[in-house]
Amino acid sequence: MKIVSGHFYGDNGKMKEYHYTGPVEHRFSPYSFNGGTVLAVAGEDFAIVASDTRLSEGYSIHSRDSPKCYKLTNTTVIGCSGFHGDCLTLTKIIDARLKMYKHSNNKSMTSGAIAAMLSTILYGRRFFPYYVYNIIGGLDEEGKGAVYSFDPVGSYQRDTYKAGGSASAMLQPLLDNQIGFKNMEGVQHLPLNQEKAVQLVKDVFISAAERDVYTGDALRICIVTKEGIKEETVPLRKD
Amino acid sequence: MALSNVLEIPTSGFNFENVARNVALEGLLEGGQTKTPKPMKTGTTIAGLVCKEGVVLGADTRATSGEVVADKMCAKIHYISPNIYCCGAGTAADTEKTTDLLSSNLTIFSMNSGRNPRVVMAVNILQDMLFRYRGQIGASLILGGVDCNGNHLYTVGPYGSIDNVPYLAMGSGDLAALGILEDRFKPNMEMEEAKELVRDAIHSGIMSDLGSGNNIDICVITKQGVDYIRPYQESEYKDKRQKRYKYGPGTTSILTEKIVPLELEVVQETVQRMDTA
Repeated sequence: MKIVSGHFYGDNGKMKEYHYTGPVEHRFSPYSFNGGTVLAVAGEDFAIVASDTRLSEGYSIHSRDSPKCYKLTNTTVIGCSGFHGDCLTLTKIIDARLKMYKHSNNKSMTSGAIAAMLSTILYGRRFFPYYVYNIIGGLDEEGKGAVYSFDPVGSYQRDTYKAGGSASAMLQPLLDNQIGFKNMEGVQHLPLNQEKAVQLVKDVFISAAERDVYTGDALRICIVTKEGIKEETVPLRKD
Repeated sequence: MALSNVLEIPTSGFNFENVARNVALEGLLEGGQTKTPKPMKTGTTIAGLVCKEGVVLGADTRATSGEVVADKMCAKIHYISPNIYCCGAGTAADTEKTTDLLSSNLTIFSMNSGRNPRVVMAVNILQDMLFRYRGQIGASLILGGVDCNGNHLYTVGPYGSIDNVPYLAMGSGDLAALGILEDRFKPNMEMEEAKELVRDAIHSGIMSDLGSGNNIDICVITKQGVDYIRPYQESEYKDKRQKRYKYGPGTTSILTEKIVPLELEVVQETVQRMDTA
């Protein structure tokens, strides 16, 4: 007959429970994860910011039509994924700061300036962070595509392409391979044109929706060019 | 006695040697980047109902490992005996092994007694085993079958609880499926109507629950036999990509090459003609 050994008992002398047996103290968590994936690609004279439109919590869906790209100026779009409450508040704060800048300096903020400002806003909450993964896509002062990717506390850098959010680990290696031509040999390094970039973004999100439960429903693509911002919506898996 | 094989209690159960190590590891890894490997759960929607001619069982086909879809076409309706099938939700390995064990035991019983097992017998064996393991086996099962006493539908929970009901749903999508079943279930339904209702219940689970998805499997058990329709309905979402992603030979760089010739000596040669008529 097996005798229960010492390691089954916890520090307080009681037997360690591996399943629910009575009231458990739950700490209130100010954060929750609402899912979603964002992607941004910078081209020669354009930038693309794309996101899925599913808003989830746990295993349920809150909304099938909640895009995560927000238009900031005529030349900049931001994609925010993570905790939806913080995404909404952060975009409101950025909009307010953009208005203030426009009124005092009589011009719109450039993409690089917005990125620098966002970094300080995020670091201002270093000890109670905004649970948001941001990616800014837009045109810089010379009219070239620019992508800036952030972490929740404000560290940022300029990239050519970046994926963020729940399926980022699945998308980033694919982008590294198809746009950065990494891990390949003997392949022609063709520059990315707008049509191919949009096609790649659609295909990449279809793949992400297959394997990530938090990504799906629809894909919203914002294409930023000097003519303005064009929006396109493509359906994805709904299950 | 012939029945001793069926009711045998194994001498050694699970091995708990690694429990202390795992608890310590979890504490170490919590702060770091790596997470402890999660067992694959079926994160499922399964449903069953009793109709006039028999029992209809239904299940989705998605298996998740955390937030990633591990298997898009996994089979959740398991064979127990020619007249009993079982849907499983919970930890994938637990449902597989538990139903396999049950099936083996009932096959031995069938051979000893010369009869098909009754559904109550299957339920009692399952309940016995799951209760003995105190919930450590994470298997929620829906058993459906037809025997000499009629059409039966039972559910067995991971802690060993059972319930005998005319319709039910289990898994992470159970509330969505139950909503459809509660609305449209009637006793003694016709077969086609019953199949459509189960399909609609699973479909509702697939659309509302993130842990369920892809295709729908249906299993119809009647006195005449079993109709295991896999898939009953394929997912309407096809992954049609616009571009073909193919890599030509030479794309992966060859860093070093070492060729080892195999020295072979012909010892015996036999020629067998193949009949290609």
